[in-house]
Amino acid sequence: MDKETIITIDNVWFRYADDAEDWALQDIHLDVYSGEWLAITGHNGSGKSTLAKCLNGLLMPEKGEIKVRDNAITDANALWEIRRLVGMVFQNPDNQFVGTTVRDDVAFGMENHGIERGDMLKRLEASLKAVDMQEFAEREPHRLSGGQKQRVAIAGIIALEPAIVILDEATSMLDPRGKKDVLDVMRRLNEEKGITVISITHDLEEASSADRMVVMDRGKVVREGQPSHIFMEPEGLVELGLDLPFTVKLRQALKEHGHIQLSDKAFTQKELVDELWTLSSKI
Amino acid sequence: MNIIIGQYVPGQSVIHRMDPRSKLIAVFAFVIIVFIANSWLSYAVLAAVTCAAILLSQVQLRFIYRGLRPILFVIILTFLLNAFFTRSGHELFGYGWFQLTTGGLRQAALISIRLLMIVISTTLLTLTTTPIDITDGLESLLGPLKKIRFPVHEFALMMSISLRFIPTLMEETEKIMKAQAARGVEFSSGPLLQRIKAILPLLIPLFISAFRRAEDLAMAMEARGYRGDEGRTKLRVFHWGLRDTSLLILIFLLIPVLWLLRS
Repeated sequence: MDKETIITIDNVWFRYADDAEDWALQDIHLDVYSGEWLAITGHNGSGKSTLAKCLNGLLMPEKGEIKVRDNAITDANALWEIRRLVGMVFQNPDNQFVGTTVRDDVAFGMENHGIERGDMLKRLEASLKAVDMQEFAEREPHRLSGGQKQRVAIAGIIALEPAIVILDEATSMLDPRGKKDVLDVMRRLNEEKGITVISITHDLEEASSADRMVVMDRGKVVREGQPSHIFMEPEGLVELGLDLPFTVKLRQALKEHGHIQLSDKAFTQKELVDELWTLSSKI
Repeated sequence: MNIIIGQYVPGQSVIHRMDPRSKLIAVFAFVIIVFIANSWLSYAVLAAVTCAAILLSQVQLRFIYRGLRPILFVIILTFLLNAFFTRSGHELFGYGWFQLTTGGLRQAALISIRLLMIVISTTLLTLTTTPIDITDGLESLLGPLKKIRFPVHEFALMMSISLRFIPTLMEETEKIMKAQAARGVEFSSGPLLQRIKAILPLLIPLFISAFRRAEDLAMAMEARGYRGDEGRTKLRVFHWGLRDTSLLILIFLLIPVLWLLRS
């Protein structure tokens, strides 16, 4: 395949205390390709968030190497460039809002990276527009919804012109509407600007729309591949404590019922609906 | 929920639009200059300046009164103490140990007016300047202290983060109070000791969550490239205009004027 690798993770081991028996990450090998939407799933404590925090050097692996566009995260000189390249949206919308207003918050990252003020104002406007928040520029955080706060966080990141955005459970505290807005914005940035998205989530419904997904358990990568391939054998996922998407469950139930012959391909809602309504017309 | 932090009253007056730095210097200087005055005439000049400032700020008087209210008791107490314990001039009224003299009355009136003007001028500052502007203004004014390694930037950042989290923590307090009330805790009735005890189960979860937030926030700030003051640019800039220079000239002109009017 002619994909360009943007992050290489090679033989990475991590534990939270030097003498801990349990490794939070064990022997991780993974490549992230430029422009893809990668979902990393697993239940609580599987190491998915730990892995995400290693990618921009918030946590340093004990063994192994992580490179972002040929910059090793262990290189102290490259660390700030890596943090500009790899933006991160965290779980709690409130706890990552630094500024007293939307404008101040979007500017925070740019101020840190020493972007000149004239340029800053231009980027500020462009990135607020990109996340549909331009009317809220003067709002204080307590007058925004969770989804709006997460979109402001995304604006703050894309103002730095990153190559990768990591969503670390960024939608898990949002209502369905806020969740959809955030994912729609990210989808658009992924398609239009070619920003690589790494979505850390325990929601397989969300993961199913990714280009590629990785399933983690107890610090190891246990499955990796296209969501359609992984959902073809859903049995192992349930044992890992993951809740299958509705369509996968429905397909399984129909198959067990026995009378309905379904192909192995349909796993999105639309594909399944199409297959079901054309089912009898084929006979 | 609508929370107003500080006392800021939005407006478009000349004073609102002034550079926070000039306002800070002016108020600070004024508070000291007030002590030069010791005659009725010098007080009249100061009162005129204060009234002019109130008029220019276009702030309604009730907001100024609201700012004065907590300190009113202190002013009244100072007045009474000075009136009864200063003995000079003629005796106006005497009853055994108590004596009210003209000198005492004069002294009491002047000191209360002095206090009143100090409070009004500082209230006017907070009424016409947002807390964040005051913080940024202080950061800029105290900038030279960085040379002696005084963490000016860090203090300003701490202030602005506190301002940003006040509403969040208030919301959280309300949530915890409701959760505790649902379990039968009484916050607003019962004997005092019991009410104080009821605060404890409110404070502990609040503190734990505040620490968790602090940890999350530190992580988020680091992820967004925060590394202290070095090489940092600023979105908020101040505009020092003609009116700021004039304000400072006016305030410093008061010094010789008041000196001449001293008795």
